[in-house]
Formats: sequence, structure tokens, C-alpha cells
Amino acid sequence: MSGSGTATRTLVVWCADWPVVAAGVALDVPAAVLRANRVVACSPAARADGVERHQRRRDAQSRCPELVLIPHDPAAEARAFEPVAGSLEVLTPRIEITYPGACAFPTRGPSRYHGGDEALADRAARLAASALRGRGPVRVGVADGPFAAALAARRRHASAGADAGDPPATSTGPTAVRVIAPGATPDFLAPIPVTVLADVGGPAGADLVDVLERLGIRTLGALAALPVAEIVGRFGAEGLLAHRLARGLDERPPVTAPPPPSWTVAIEIDPPAQQVEAVAFVARGLADDLHGRLAAAGSACTRLVIGAETEHGEIHERVWRTEGTFTPLAIADRVRWQLDGWLQAPQRPSGGLIRLWLAPEEVVPAGGRQLAFGAGAAAVDAVEAGDRAARALARIQGLLGVEAVRVPEWRGGRGPGERIALVPVAADDVTEARPAAEPGWVAEPWPGVVPEPAPATVHDPLLPATVVDDAGRPVVVTGRGEVSAPPATVSVAARGGGRARAVPAAVVAWAGPWPCDERWWDAGSHRRRARLQVTTADALALLLVVEAGRWWVEATYD
Amino acid sequence: MNEHVFDHSGVSQAQGLVFDPGVTGAPGRSGAGPGPGPVAGSGSGALGALAERVRPTDLARDRRLPVLPAFTDLLPGAGLRRGATVAVGAAPGVAGATSLALALAAGPSRAGSWVAVVGLGSLGLVAAAEMGVDLGRLVLVADPGRDRAGWASVVAALVDGFDVVLLAPGGVGAAGEVDGGGGSGPGRRLRPADARRLVARVRERGSVLLSVGGDLPGERSPLRLTVVAAAWEGLGDGWGHLEGRRVTVESGGRGEAARPRRAELWLPRHDGTVGTADPVVAPIRLRRERGVSA
Repeated sequence: MSGSGTATRTLVVWCADWPVVAAGVALDVPAAVLRANRVVACSPAARADGVERHQRRRDAQSRCPELVLIPHDPAAEARAFEPVAGSLEVLTPRIEITYPGACAFPTRGPSRYHGGDEALADRAARLAASALRGRGPVRVGVADGPFAAALAARRRHASAGADAGDPPATSTGPTAVRVIAPGATPDFLAPIPVTVLADVGGPAGADLVDVLERLGIRTLGALAALPVAEIVGRFGAEGLLAHRLARGLDERPPVTAPPPPSWTVAIEIDPPAQQVEAVAFVARGLADDLHGRLAAAGSACTRLVIGAETEHGEIHERVWRTEGTFTPLAIADRVRWQLDGWLQAPQRPSGGLIRLWLAPEEVVPAGGRQLAFGAGAAAVDAVEAGDRAARALARIQGLLGVEAVRVPEWRGGRGPGERIALVPVAADDVTEARPAAEPGWVAEPWPGVVPEPAPATVHDPLLPATVVDDAGRPVVVTGRGEVSAPPATVSVAARGGGRARAVPAAVVAWAGPWPCDERWWDAGSHRRRARLQVTTADALALLLVVEAGRWWVEATYD
Repeated sequence: MNEHVFDHSGVSQAQGLVFDPGVTGAPGRSGAGPGPGPVAGSGSGALGALAERVRPTDLARDRRLPVLPAFTDLLPGAGLRRGATVAVGAAPGVAGATSLALALAAGPSRAGSWVAVVGLGSLGLVAAAEMGVDLGRLVLVADPGRDRAGWASVVAALVDGFDVVLLAPGGVGAAGEVDGGGGSGPGRRLRPADARRLVARVRERGSVLLSVGGDLPGERSPLRLTVVAAAWEGLGDGWGHLEGRRVTVESGGRGEAARPRRAELWLPRHDGTVGTADPVVAPIRLRRERGVSA
């Protein structure tokens, strides 16, 4: 303790590739977790094939065609992690979850009780592994400070392969423990590349790392060797933070005075709530309240206790920590995940929740939002409009669930419905720039695309239709891409009041067919279709599609 | 102190101007008009500043969201008044309500407004993008389900957070024939009382509610836009493709929108955008040509 100054000796339990493990996919299956069309995590088997984080889905699939795709679901990840965090409670009551898949606790007390850091780390690894029941590997690291401990857990052979990233789990067995001796943390950190600063949950942005690398400062050791005054002068607060971490210190000097108890916010829930949705809605208001109180004091929260009490007096508490500061939306997300974990755990509470509280455990001065200098009033307005929309969406997600809010993104495709996909979005991400929503996102040409203008109504699901010629025979499209006879009448099955009724209408004008033979190289997803545009006597312009002899209305030019 | 003096001179000048119709009508002559004024040389500049000063106050609820140029003649004040509920529909037997609503939302969206769509599950988003809606500021909210109270609170939350909200109180589509899931839409769940509360909330928050397919139940919107005629061009008998639709849109309503207006538009043009259409000149058929073709 003495040499390292202000670093809290910390134990980190890290479950490798947690998003994949939480989805219930075995790690020897190549699988990737996707968010907004980008890989956020992948299994070791996929990594061996060349799949990496931040890859586009198409690139990942080209490296590994049999890749299993899993949508990103932070709530499910948090829910699955709760038993792991809960199993460690026999060691210490102060487990803090950094993000689903990683939790930490200070070792000072428990280490003395269990006979040293090694013994404690071994026990933590065994407890976590038994909670996981062999579904994924567990790594444990102990070092001075949570940042170094997390790196110790993640990087087993940091000195041997500094750029190897996470070693494949299979080579290290189900559990792996690495304890950095007290005071040896700076030596452990020295050879590690600075890129780890910009990793998930890392303290610095990619910009800072980029500049450091271009200046020739490639390792944490090189960064730590620079005088602190120079770093602050050049890189400001972010640089100071990175420098402290590189030297093996805590992110910031410890706060000696705990936050006043008046900042704890609590709410009684009446009637007792059994459903996550009901409590999550209440939690949303609570999060706003807490954030408002902190903001009024010029503070922001970095560590937060989420607590709940059931009608039978059971009390659950869990600490969540973040590298930045908690926004109201981030708080509400954490509460929701935590409630999910409690209420849907195997040993769920015996009664409904009657009380919920949030207590800030560590607060720092709020940085506030800094807009670019000279951005002007229009930029401020735009940010405010985005924030307003995000708040409204957060309320709606509290009412309807996260999946209820979706945003459009461009995709390659020929049909009007294939060219845009709707992806769910978390309320606090909605204001972030989404390049996939920009018009130029799909740059590649798609031969056979339905020509402009696009229809204003795209039916999902398609509406069944019948198309007949003058003699009442069904119109078919031949293998050579020709219609058997000009279409004369189109009947669309409208779903009026639940019973299907077909309304025949005479065809006024028509064009096509435009055949479309897609994915012929893959028997599973091969589709042969042909499209037809018609205008009917009842003033409708329709885009018809025929597949396997059946006609559908794909879209209406409404 | 100086500024105060200047203000005063501006006002006295204005008093002079009010009684001199020749000058107010032609600002170019203003240098000669207020001759006795102490700041005669800067007359037109002062006049501009004064005009700015005495302009009627812009209340928040009077502000308008910009629209595409094609709509400036159709809408009072050449924009969508904040706080207004606009009924967007089509005459029986005519299609085009959805396109019209998207085109109306495109102007504000381009200018930076956020647009929310609720319960229109079958919206053609490629068409929206072609008309000028910025997909980066477009959010779709799933149909909130059968619970009436839930529906009202979801739409209320959207009205709080978004400048433009699109919703379908009934089925969408021409004559209700092809409504793509809109038939089970919120129309049956939206009670007149909820609609009234919603309209009041829109007015209070200063957003614009576009009710696609007609009025909200029990409400008469102060502004209504209706597609009264539509004809597609470009499609032949087995050849061509849909290239553009010429529509006639009528606007009417109450208050400032009471005077009916009418415009011919391309909705959409050949590239998916929206524009004004020139009046159709009926082609003169030559007898001889007809004889040849027959």
C-alpha cells in the first residue's frame, strides 16, 4: 500500500466473451454478437477465423461463413451475470459490477481473512466457475487499482505477447488467476500498449490513443515516464486520467468524505411490484431525481448502489461502477438490468418489491457538456432537440420495453422493404451519429433494384393477391421472365375485421415483370421472384411480387 | 445614452413615415422622404432596424416549422404552425395520404427537427428518405398495444419530445382497401376524450401532429390537407415504370387556414422528390393523326 500511494488493491473477476456466453452459445461454436451491424463480441472459435470487434457483419461473415449471429442484448447479459456476482457475495458484500461480464471488489479485508491474495483469487475463481457451470472461462486478476486488476485478468501473458490481445480461452483452461504483487503494478503495466486505454469501459477516447501512438508513446510505461505537468498541459483532464492509470494509481485521488446521505433517493412501491417493467418505470423517475440532486450540487456519480426491499423484508443491494459518469439514462439502464437479474434469477425474491433506492457511493465534480467552440446557437438547439427526443424515448422504453423504439438504417437490397432495416436503439444512443442512416451508406450498386420513386407503404407482412388475365386464368411468370398473358384483374385480400375478403380491381396499366434471382449460390436462402407494377381502376398503384407461383402485394404507392 | 437618443430619433422618424404613404411604399426613396430627420443619410438602415423592432412579437406558439418549397403556397404562413394538429388525408377513391404526410414531415426534418412515427408499421422508409426526411432523426415507435391508457401516454411522451409526430388514427390507404395492418391500428382505441387531450397537449408543447388518414376521432383539425386527385405517369401497357404522380392537394380548415387553397404537385417526382407541377395543357389532337393511328 505504501509504495503505490493511492491505488486500492482490487480483485477483478472477468468472464471472457461474456456476451456470447450469456446468449447460451458454446464457445467452440463460431458466434458473434452484433449491435448496429457491427461485431461487439465474438467467441474464440470465431476469433480464430479472423472475426474481430468493430467489424461489419458482412466482413465477419466473409471471414467465417458459418458464423452464428446473436443480437446484442445488454439486459440479458446483465441478467445472466447476476448469479456470478451473487456467488462472490460469500467473500465480501462489496461486489461492484463494472459492466455485465466483469465485477470487482477491494481485497483489503477479504484477503486478510482468506489468507492472502492468491488464496482469495483462487476461491473467487472457483466460486465464479461453479456459478457458471462450465459455460465459459473465468479469469481473475489482482493488482493495485481496478484498471490494472482488469488488465491482469484479461491479459494472462502480457509480457510474452503484448499485442496478442485476449488469448484463446481453450489454452488457459476454465479458470486462470494472475496476481500482481503489491507495488509491482507499474512494472506489470509498462509493456502494455496504450491502446488498452480506449478499450471497452476504458478511460480515454480513441483520439487520445491515436495521438499518443503517433507521438511514439506506444506503451503505458512510456506514458508513465512523462512528467505529469507536460501531460496535463498537452492533454488536459483526459490525459491526466490516462497518466494516473499508466502509473498504477487510481483514476482520481480518493474522496475522503462520503457523499451525504441526503443524496440517497428512495421510493416506496405500492402495490408491491413483481414485474420488471413496473419497477423500471418507477426507477426512471428515481434516476432523474438522483441526477437532478447531484447536478444541483455540481456533481456526478461514478459509483452507485442499487437497492431493493421485498415485502418479506429481503434486502438486495448491488454496486455499479462506471468509468465515466452516470447519466440518468445510464442509471435507469443499470437499475433495469439489476432488477432483471433479481426478479428472474433461479432463487427469485419470495415477494414483490416494495422499496427501491439509489445511493451514490462515489461522486466527482460534474464536467458538464462542452460543445465545440464557436458551434453557435444552431448546434446548441440541435443538441437540445436530440436530448428532448432521447428523454421522450426513454420514457416510452420504460412503458413498452426497449424493443419498441426502432430507427432506420440503410441496407443493400432490391425490394423497397429490403433496402432499409429497422434496428432497436437504446434511448441514450439515439442522438449519436449513425452513419448507416446517411443516404450514401450503401455505395455499391444493386442491379435489379426497383426504380425510383419508392412506394410510401411497404407491407409487412405481404398481402396475398391473385392476378388473372382476360380469361380468368392465373397469370404466371415463365422461367424466361415473361408473363403468360397481360394481367387484367388484381384481387387483394384485405384484412377487414379479421376475415379475409378479396376485392377485385381491373388493371389499367402495368409493366414488368422484373425477374430477380437472388442468392442462387446458397440453397437455403435462394429466392427467385419477379416484380410487376400495376395501376388499378380503383386508383391504386401496386408493386406485385410473384414467388413460387403465388402473388403478393409487396408495396402500395400510396 | 447614445443608443437611447438613436432609438428616439428612430421613433420620431417612424411617426413621420406613417403619415407619408409615398415613403412607406418605396424604401428606395426614403433618403429623400424624411428630410428633416437628423439621421437622414442612414434612413433606410434605420427603417430596417425599426421594422424589425415594431414587428409583431413572435410568440413561441406562432413559430412555424419550415416546409418543402412545394407546400409554401398551400399552407398559411408558408409553414406548419407549431402546436397544430394537421389532418392529412385523401378523398374517397384517391390514394396519396401517406406520401403527403411524409412530404410534409420532410421540410422540418431537413431543417433539424426530430420526427417520430407511431403505429404506422408499413411505412415506406425509402420513399421517406427520397422525399427529404433525414433518417438520422426519424424514430419509429411500435404500436403500443391494446391498452388504451398506454397508447395515450406513449403518444403524449412523443409529443413532448419531438417536433413532428406522425400517427394514423385509422387505417391508412385508399378507401381503406389496402391498409397493411393499419386496420387494427389505434383508431379503434383512440377515444374522442383521448384525442381531445392529445390535441391540447400538442398545442401546449408546440409540436406538430400529422394525423395520417383524416381527423382524430371527434376532432376537427384547424388545418386539413387532402389529396383530391391523383394520376400516375410512366406506366404503359406492359412497358415503362411508375415515374411520377401528379396530384391535386387542397388545404382548408379554420382560422387562418379558412381560405381554401389548392396546388398541383408532383408527389413524387421521377426521382422521389416533391415539387410543384405546371398546370396541364390539354393536348390538341389532330384529326389526321388519329386517322393514321387507326
